[in-house]
Amino acid sequence: MVAGPVLLNVRGLSKQFPGVKALDDVSLRVRAGEVMALVGENGAGKSTIVKILTGIYKPDAGTIEIAGTPMQFSRPTDAWAAGISAIHQETSVFEDLTVGENIFMGHQPTRGRGPLVDWKGIHRRSAEILDRMDVAISTRSLVRELSVAERHILGVAKALAHDAQIVIMDEPSASLSRKEIDHLMVIVRQLRDEGKGIIFISHKFVEIFEIADRYAVLRDGQLVGEGNVADVTQDELVKLMVGRSVEEVFPKVDVPIGDVVLEVSHFTHDTEFEDISFTLRKGEILGFYGLVGSGRSEVMQSIFGVTRSRSGTLSMHGRPIKISSPSEAMKHGLALVPEDRQQQGAILPLSIRQNMTLALIDQLSPRGFLSRRRELGVTRDMGARLSIKAAHWDQQVDELSGGNQQKVVIGKWLATRPEVMILDEPTKGIDIGSKAAVHEFMGELVAQGLAVILVSSELEEVRGMADRIIVMHEGRICGEFSRDEATAEAIVTVASGAQAGP
Amino acid sequence: MSTNASEGRAAVRDRAAESPWSLLRRWEAILLVFLGIVFVINSNATPYFLNIYNLADSTFNFSEKAIIALPMALVIIARDIDISVASIIALSSMLMGLAAEAGLGVPGLVVVGLATGATAGAFNGFLIAGLGLPAIVVTIGTFTLFRGIAFVALGDGAVTQYPAGLAYFGQGYIGGLIPFEFVLFLVLAVIFGVVLHMTVIGRRIYAIGNNPVAARFTGIRVDRYRFVLFCLTGLMSGLAAVLLTSRIGSTRPNIALGWELEIITMVVLGGVSILGGIGTILGVVIAVLLVGMVTFGFGLLNVPGIIMTVFIGSLLIVTISIPVVIQAVRVRAAARASSRR
Repeated sequence: MVAGPVLLNVRGLSKQFPGVKALDDVSLRVRAGEVMALVGENGAGKSTIVKILTGIYKPDAGTIEIAGTPMQFSRPTDAWAAGISAIHQETSVFEDLTVGENIFMGHQPTRGRGPLVDWKGIHRRSAEILDRMDVAISTRSLVRELSVAERHILGVAKALAHDAQIVIMDEPSASLSRKEIDHLMVIVRQLRDEGKGIIFISHKFVEIFEIADRYAVLRDGQLVGEGNVADVTQDELVKLMVGRSVEEVFPKVDVPIGDVVLEVSHFTHDTEFEDISFTLRKGEILGFYGLVGSGRSEVMQSIFGVTRSRSGTLSMHGRPIKISSPSEAMKHGLALVPEDRQQQGAILPLSIRQNMTLALIDQLSPRGFLSRRRELGVTRDMGARLSIKAAHWDQQVDELSGGNQQKVVIGKWLATRPEVMILDEPTKGIDIGSKAAVHEFMGELVAQGLAVILVSSELEEVRGMADRIIVMHEGRICGEFSRDEATAEAIVTVASGAQAGP
Repeated sequence: MSTNASEGRAAVRDRAAESPWSLLRRWEAILLVFLGIVFVINSNATPYFLNIYNLADSTFNFSEKAIIALPMALVIIARDIDISVASIIALSSMLMGLAAEAGLGVPGLVVVGLATGATAGAFNGFLIAGLGLPAIVVTIGTFTLFRGIAFVALGDGAVTQYPAGLAYFGQGYIGGLIPFEFVLFLVLAVIFGVVLHMTVIGRRIYAIGNNPVAARFTGIRVDRYRFVLFCLTGLMSGLAAVLLTSRIGSTRPNIALGWELEIITMVVLGGVSILGGIGTILGVVIAVLLVGMVTFGFGLLNVPGIIMTVFIGSLLIVTISIPVVIQAVRVRAAARASSRR
């Protein structure tokens, strides 16, 4: 490793929020030419550090030095000017502006000294930056047309355009496919070799071990460990994060597989997917793996009646059924925990109780009148089953951690007593504790005789949990594996479209 | 201090531990304080204000608008808006006028007014919920369209020949004291309040207003709800047309001109978020009374109408800024307190 001088030196950082000590005397160092992985469960304080380093929060105590110079950030532009650039989880971009405009947003070059924007310069310099990263994105295409992966690359390009010395990447790979992640890793290495200091935040250990030189672990706002990645194992990191050892990552329960519950035949949509046929049996966890954009979520949403324009037939227990809206899907015993928890899953400003009972509010309300008592009954029940952590049941869902938000959404659907539960990326962006809870919970569901479809971009998750794995590529099913055949290599090969599947 | 918060946590409580004082921070409380201030100022300014007959009669000035404010609140909570309500009044009143000239009786006229309103609302609802066009654009279009039709049909003319029996709706009293219109408003307010706050329908309206996508994913027929809400607003505008036509006994195409903004002002003043998802019927009712009492007091003091609009505009801005300002002050105070430590 060619660790250079210390670029960023943070000492004794503390931050108090009402009722929570978000950060407690945390010190970090990042050297030039080094990738430092910042790990910890949701709520451990990672985001608070990022927000302090980017000037969004002011620390209660502690100092920040950049290349030996003490800094005080009173607003985001101060941090930006000091050479710190953050690429956020939900990358903030201007959808209807071009790539070039986005890259130079806020510091557009002008012609001479005048106020006129130097458009040629923007596009020329943007193209140079993108070339340097070896990506083929036109600087004139609109950001709206970019994929999620390309948006992350745009984020990196923005940092480069500003000549940032310290780049913070906050879960850059949360919604990327393997191939896209590989490309991102190449770019991260390139940044490192150029002597930037990189803070890399991720929930995925594979990536941490692949890319990071050093690690720092946060738990409950405190730094509980740091060191060289080469000197640590995954188990040790997990132990540091959660403060206990996690025995088994995927608690797969073996359940006898029963009759066919759901049969999907020849589902076809104009643009999203083509000729999708599969069956789902009682007690089975059926994994759907594929790259982002392979049409998995779209298939699930059309089964659930969210998307109407499609052809093909659907049957349950051998009898054909028609579903043209989510409410009809619910009547047939289907449930869908959608991919986008915050937009499609939960109604964030409403309370836990109101969210949890929304799908079956009719049954809970005699003659249409709401019954707080009955709602609380269901909420307490589901809350206990999913061990949801909250102050009270009337608390707004947006005050909860990501993992608990997801539990509320799952609870909402579980309360409808479905026969088929479709989980679309149920563990995306949630902490390892909640993740294990969701996995364990899936085992309970099938043990109770439900059938589960698990859509996931995380190969290990699908392999660890599913009885059978269907692989999609560009809107088609291009492979199916039983649990025993499902080697990582085989699945990835099929999913990337390298060969027409069996 | 517990180092293992995640394991040793107590059971989740059923509701927030609130002190009784937190009720005072509610929007409705702020409005009530304003209403009290207006009462005190008005009764000091003129001896005619605290006269029970005058007070009762003052409700004639706002009851029709207030009746439309109720469904408007639901529409805005569900993240839509209806700009066309006053134009629906014009259209309904115009058709009532034509029907009266054709010799239709009182029950027939009422039916014409209500049916016209409901149909106009259904037209809005079809364009918005059925075709998926934006509510603000559609109702700006029908705002011009509906009143335009009234102008084409009536031109410079007016309908003034209404059967005598129609007068009760807009001029009659219950118990010889309280105007029928106002009682009707109070009854409707109770019904709307019960539906919004105590039934499944209300819960779903809040769900739609807070996140229409998630609401749809949860099996709520979002577009059906939106359609029905526009029909309801149309129907209530038709009802307001019956009351107003009855009260003034004539129809001109410029009837109820500019009411839509006054109605939306009442709703927003009542604490309904223009972004949807938030608001109560109680708040809207208090806001209606507040605007009504201000208007009445100014009327007694012979304040010109122009000044009145200036005042109502300022009141709206002041009221919606109060919570924001309080919040900002509190944050700053907290920051100061923490930096002193």
